[in-house]
Amino acid sequence: MTVTNTRQQVLVLYLATSALDTNVVGWANYDGTGQNFHMAGDNDTPPYKNGLEALKDGWRLIQASPLITHIPGNEYRTDYLKYEFFFEKMVNLEQILND
Amino acid sequence: MTDDLTKLNSKQMAEFAARGFLRFDSIVPKKLNDKFLKEVGHVPLDEVNNPIEHYGKVMTSSAIPVLRPGSLLCDAYPKTSAIYDILNLPSVEGAIASLVGNKPIFDHHFLHITFPPKFYEGNQQKSQHYHQDSTIDPRQAFDVQMMYYPHDVTVDMGGTRFLPGSHLRIVSEAAIGRYQNIVGQQRMVCPAGTLLFLHMGIWHGGGLNMSDQMRYMFKIRMNPGERQMRLWDTSDLGNEHYEQRPIFWTGTDPGNEIHQTLMKPEPWFEADTGRLEMMNRVRFWRYLLGDNNFDVDYWLTRVEREYT
Repeated sequence: MTVTNTRQQVLVLYLATSALDTNVVGWANYDGTGQNFHMAGDNDTPPYKNGLEALKDGWRLIQASPLITHIPGNEYRTDYLKYEFFFEKMVNLEQILND
Repeated sequence: MTDDLTKLNSKQMAEFAARGFLRFDSIVPKKLNDKFLKEVGHVPLDEVNNPIEHYGKVMTSSAIPVLRPGSLLCDAYPKTSAIYDILNLPSVEGAIASLVGNKPIFDHHFLHITFPPKFYEGNQQKSQHYHQDSTIDPRQAFDVQMMYYPHDVTVDMGGTRFLPGSHLRIVSEAAIGRYQNIVGQQRMVCPAGTLLFLHMGIWHGGGLNMSDQMRYMFKIRMNPGERQMRLWDTSDLGNEHYEQRPIFWTGTDPGNEIHQTLMKPEPWFEADTGRLEMMNRVRFWRYLLGDNNFDVDYWLTRVEREYT
């Protein structure tokens, strides 16, 4: 197995609509460098106002929720947060440890 | 059931319908809090060797009975116990009767104890993920979980975190664990003797105890013993409550207080599904009223105007 010094940081933003420039309503962070530990309830303030702000800060969008046809008879049911956007940053572990 | 119980009013019930919780600070008097902690076997922290041993002692020797689900709540606890006394406080009995009827059914109970960091040295601890209790539950009938905090809960004790208004979302228990933080989430920081009544669907999770004290929270889940229709004190429901208020071009009159409560959005609502939440709240209120014509802001009436 090849071991690299590159690690992935993941940011998940939940937005108010399918548009990236709408407000963040929920979020999650997972840091593959092991330098930061995040958990449920650790912050009440969103890391960015909207998804576009995350792009401006260097996060790469890697996945967005599709818009799904509403199932007849189930149009008004609500369940999971609807507008989920996955972002990543690839960081060099050595550089972080030396900073 | 006693005769002097104090039932919820319509404003409180609408608050529960809209947000999925009701909180009563210091509703349990100090003498009952002290009695409860003594009965469960609370001891000073320096007498606790480790969490597993302490939990074992509490589980085997405390006054909390081992009960089968499905029995009447009123028969569940010994009449000499603190829990019995708490359930029979007029305001507590009234709140329970308003939500799940005069003969609610015992589902289960559990004493949650969270321990301070000194017991976990070297092991990274984390808070409990967001989850909805039990399993997928699309019923209109609803269970209530009564959470009792017998001592002061400070911020660093990691009291229950929950998301107001999430109770009508139909999700599968731990599937929502990915959501670490949601705008508008609350956590219990409260004085001793506080009760939190939660709709079964509320998204919630326990926090991490970073204090130097143990944190106790006793939870009872109860099922309705009857159809949950007009079980609260409805004497304050005026005629204007049944009438549509103007929408969009509204003037300055905010309208009926219950309408306002039912239509107040949560900060985490998405733009489109936030409207669905309003519709589902109206549906829930219709269920509670037993009146399928009730509406607020025309949300359901509009889409029900179908001709065949």
